Amino acid sequence: MSIDLILFLILAVVAVATALGMLLSKNAVYSALFLVLNFAAIAVFYLLLGAPFIAISQVTVYAGAIMVLFLFVIMLLGAETLAPSKVLRGQGWAAFGLAVVLVAETVYLLVSRHAAVGVIARPDAFLNTMDSLREIGKALFIQYLLPFEVTSILLLVAMVGAIVLTRREKGG
Amino acid sequence: MDWTIWVEWLIKSLFVVFALLTGFAYLTLYERRALAKIQVRIGPNRAGWQGLLQPVADAVKLIFKEELTPAKADKLVFFWAPIITMVPSIVIAAVIPFGPTTTLFGRTIVFSVANINVGVLFLMAVASIAVYGIVLAGWSSNNKYAMLGGLRSSAQMISYELSLGLGFVTAILLGNSMNLHDIVDAQRNVWFAVVQPVGALIFMIVTLAEVNRAPFDMPEAEQELTAGYHSEYSGMKFALFFMAEYQKMIAISMIAATLFFGGYREFWFLKDTFLSVDAIWNIGPWQFQAWFLGPIYMLLKVVVLLFFMIWIRATWPRIRYDRLMSFGWKVLLPLSLAVVFISAVGVLVAQQFDNNWYLAIIPIFSSVAGLVAVGFVDQALRRKSYASH
Repeated sequence: MSIDLILFLILAVVAVATALGMLLSKNAVYSALFLVLNFAAIAVFYLLLGAPFIAISQVTVYAGAIMVLFLFVIMLLGAETLAPSKVLRGQGWAAFGLAVVLVAETVYLLVSRHAAVGVIARPDAFLNTMDSLREIGKALFIQYLLPFEVTSILLLVAMVGAIVLTRREKGG
Repeated sequence: MDWTIWVEWLIKSLFVVFALLTGFAYLTLYERRALAKIQVRIGPNRAGWQGLLQPVADAVKLIFKEELTPAKADKLVFFWAPIITMVPSIVIAAVIPFGPTTTLFGRTIVFSVANINVGVLFLMAVASIAVYGIVLAGWSSNNKYAMLGGLRSSAQMISYELSLGLGFVTAILLGNSMNLHDIVDAQRNVWFAVVQPVGALIFMIVTLAEVNRAPFDMPEAEQELTAGYHSEYSGMKFALFFMAEYQKMIAISMIAATLFFGGYREFWFLKDTFLSVDAIWNIGPWQFQAWFLGPIYMLLKVVVLLFFMIWIRATWPRIRYDRLMSFGWKVLLPLSLAVVFISAVGVLVAQQFDNNWYLAIIPIFSSVAGLVAVGFVDQALRRKSYASH
């Protein structure tokens, strides 16, 4: 077994275990922390696949920014030990059914597309140079410029919306 | 991959860890002595010559202190929080270059633990992870003061991280790379602090907020929150928070030195002299590159930057919390956006005309933007409505 394979197996176990931990924890803070660990494991997956930029972005954006905000909100509202409430009837079964559909899709894609794509070579020579980052930048800002701009406008709208909703009227 | 590379990694890692740990010990002494001088006191000078053994005495004291865990604390998180705080403060130094690439014993040696192409992003990632320890410490203590300290610190660090990220972007734009070695090399002729003085200033203000130093030390404002997030910690667990804070100060000074003050490179007026890190020294039969000057210049710059941090702590009162937030979001963030925009335009113009003198538009326009921001703050403070909305 190569080191890569051993690392992959360990990370796979960690990723699945933390995902389960997130779902099964009673305490919302623990759930959030499991999710952070899960993101970290995924980031190392990206590193193994030869994508350091995406790995580090994953840590910065998800673990560093989004989950900190989640934790902040959980703690601010004191929501870490709220009693489990069943708002929707049959929610658990619906979730289970959807999960089965998702797994089936993934397996189908793996089986049907694997042969066509073949083994993708790792871009080793390219990996640790600025050129790989330049390629990402070019792809984002030339090839996918419109989706990129649309995404940023979407975020801007969300931000403005949040400000409008939480704004207090003058003197009110 | 031969075994020598493992030895090289080991030596470099040990060097960085050792430098940070010793640096922490003597930074506490440095700060106490410098604060004392500024406040016309003497400071600790009894243990050893000029108090040089004081950190040792402190360490022995902290090791033997009793450790308490509050009865209703979350034991697991309470135990891990100091460790989660401590680790990023050391790991962040892994990508910082300490000297020029050189050849030693027939090997090409790169003077950083990890020479990666996304070095600047790595700094950003580790800096954003650092907030967890403080938040979790505050939450797990089961203490209202600690909780409020943790919440304050997370809000503050998230707010100021945006400007911090834009500061990194400025350095990336000017250096045309995300690799810290390249960024330092790009400052061969002129420091980025000269090209982009406002960006460097913003960066230094933001780093103060990121490491929770005065005047932004709201998470541990003792009048309001006793000791903030580490109220319930004692013994070595408290010592870990203490170490993390000072190591973060050192690390962030190293980062500021690397991004804006030429890193390990010599001062600009020493370029092409025998004191340059590129100079080849001929002593008797030996001929070698003066790479060892790199860590020395780095140390000098870090000591000066740390002195500024201590000086600010001794001089300025703590900023009010709502003003801290207003300042971060309404002044620093727009100003950093303007600074990034001006830097980008300047770099583009200089590339178009293939003449680096066009970079001069960057300091001119960004200084104007900086003055406008100062004027805005002044006006707002005069109207006294700065905080209300």
